[in-house]
Amino acid sequence: MIVDVSTFVGPYPFRLVPGATAEELLRQLDRLRIDHAWVGHLAAPWHRDPRPANTELLRLLSPHAPRLVPVPAVHPGLPGWEADLAAARDAGAPAVRVYPGQQGLEPAGREVQALVLAAADRRLPIILTERFEDARQAHPLDVAPPLPASALRQLARVSPDARLLVTHAGRAVIEEVHFGLTPTEATTLLWEISWIWGPPEDDLALLLETVGDRRFTFGTGMPLRIGDGAVAKLDLLDALADRLARLTGGNLREWLQDPR
Amino acid sequence: MLIDIHAHFYTLAAPRGDWQQVNARRLEAGRRIGITAHVASILGTWGARSPVYFPSRADVEQANDAMVALCRAHPRLVYGYCVVNPNYTDHALAEIERCLHEGMIGIKLAASRRADDPLLDPIAALAAGRGVPILHHVWQHRRRDWPGQEASDALELAALAARHPHARFILAHIGGGGDWQHTLRVVRDVPNLWIDLSGSGMDTGMLEGVLETVGVGRLLWGADVTLDTGWAKLRYLEAMGLSADDVAAIRHRNAEAIFPQGCFR
Repeated sequence: MIVDVSTFVGPYPFRLVPGATAEELLRQLDRLRIDHAWVGHLAAPWHRDPRPANTELLRLLSPHAPRLVPVPAVHPGLPGWEADLAAARDAGAPAVRVYPGQQGLEPAGREVQALVLAAADRRLPIILTERFEDARQAHPLDVAPPLPASALRQLARVSPDARLLVTHAGRAVIEEVHFGLTPTEATTLLWEISWIWGPPEDDLALLLETVGDRRFTFGTGMPLRIGDGAVAKLDLLDALADRLARLTGGNLREWLQDPR
Repeated sequence: MLIDIHAHFYTLAAPRGDWQQVNARRLEAGRRIGITAHVASILGTWGARSPVYFPSRADVEQANDAMVALCRAHPRLVYGYCVVNPNYTDHALAEIERCLHEGMIGIKLAASRRADDPLLDPIAALAAGRGVPILHHVWQHRRRDWPGQEASDALELAALAARHPHARFILAHIGGGGDWQHTLRVVRDVPNLWIDLSGSGMDTGMLEGVLETVGVGRLLWGADVTLDTGWAKLRYLEAMGLSADDVAAIRHRNAEAIFPQGCFR
């Protein structure tokens, strides 16, 4: 079963993104033979309060359960954010999203660490988006910096029960974080593959060997990016079926079920 | 057939110890994707002895020699662009003549001088006269200067194209950084400018936008340094519902039309 952990619906503030609806996402999943998608709200990172966008996300996805799975956002700098975490859990979300850069928070500051701890207590993973755009094409008002590797290392050390799924990270960040953690700390993290280069640099193939193929999972970044990008990386990986199964959902299931 | 009109190779002079493996991986991934022609360049010593985008004359010559050698090592699979630095006008013109004589089929201009600079005029005129295209590195909407290059954007390349209506220009990597929507505003009415689809960027709407703006006839498939994104765009184009004829135009027929006649046979 193939799970895409990195998809969105809703408007993007910096350009018109075609196909940012649940229906179009389903059409793309069918075309690419992806079984399930974890879906965030594409505008929520820039909202002062993500709660209305979370309500909208649940409304948009509810007709398409269980194939489209909502991943609400939490802003741990707001009063009562714990209620948003509980609401996400009650709504059956497999994870929550936090966007420190866009929300104006220190990426590994007090608020985000509190969220990591609270989510760990509830055994709820947190999705962190390393970046949304290549810096070279970012809108002049899109000033949130990429998540630094140092912050990811700090967050991975907050709790042995924390689970952090990082999307849109490239080789340099992944290596700096992974080899800057103990082997146990490193199991806190799962990396989504959409921003990792394929051949001829073959960063993905290298990372599967050096970091290990249990630390990666499939995600496309749709609708910001065409879903074929992540699929093409797997096409060209020359991976055996069991490795592909791990990358497209097996690692995710194992990581979620790890009792620690 | 599938022609990658934007490929690169490395040499011993490049500052990376894995240069042979990267070259081999390009050919291997190309085989899997179905690439039948890699049209490639080598950008000097890739920074080892002069900057990537400002190569010295010696580095230009060495790189072009290495490119010729690669073409000979892989006949009918690897084809070469002649790289020059327009700041050395006489050298650039002589190097182009030398490389075309050695069998190269195009000219690569990177970012040593802005595209609309008069120093590029003799090179464009020579390209037109010899019937070879110029692949020009482009920053899609350059809002400021970035270190290491004097990059051009579509406006500047379009200005050069307008001054040389008989030359054929390829605007490099629409997905290669910067704002591709800015480029689309420029290229619609520049008939001697083709769009290279390469680059790591795969924004939804980009391929639809390019198709809507210039039509199938001015699109060229390429990968640049990320063959996986090239393969992804090809998959997507084929799923968009284009006719087989249109897909063939993007895969190879448009390239066959702008490079010297019969060179890919």
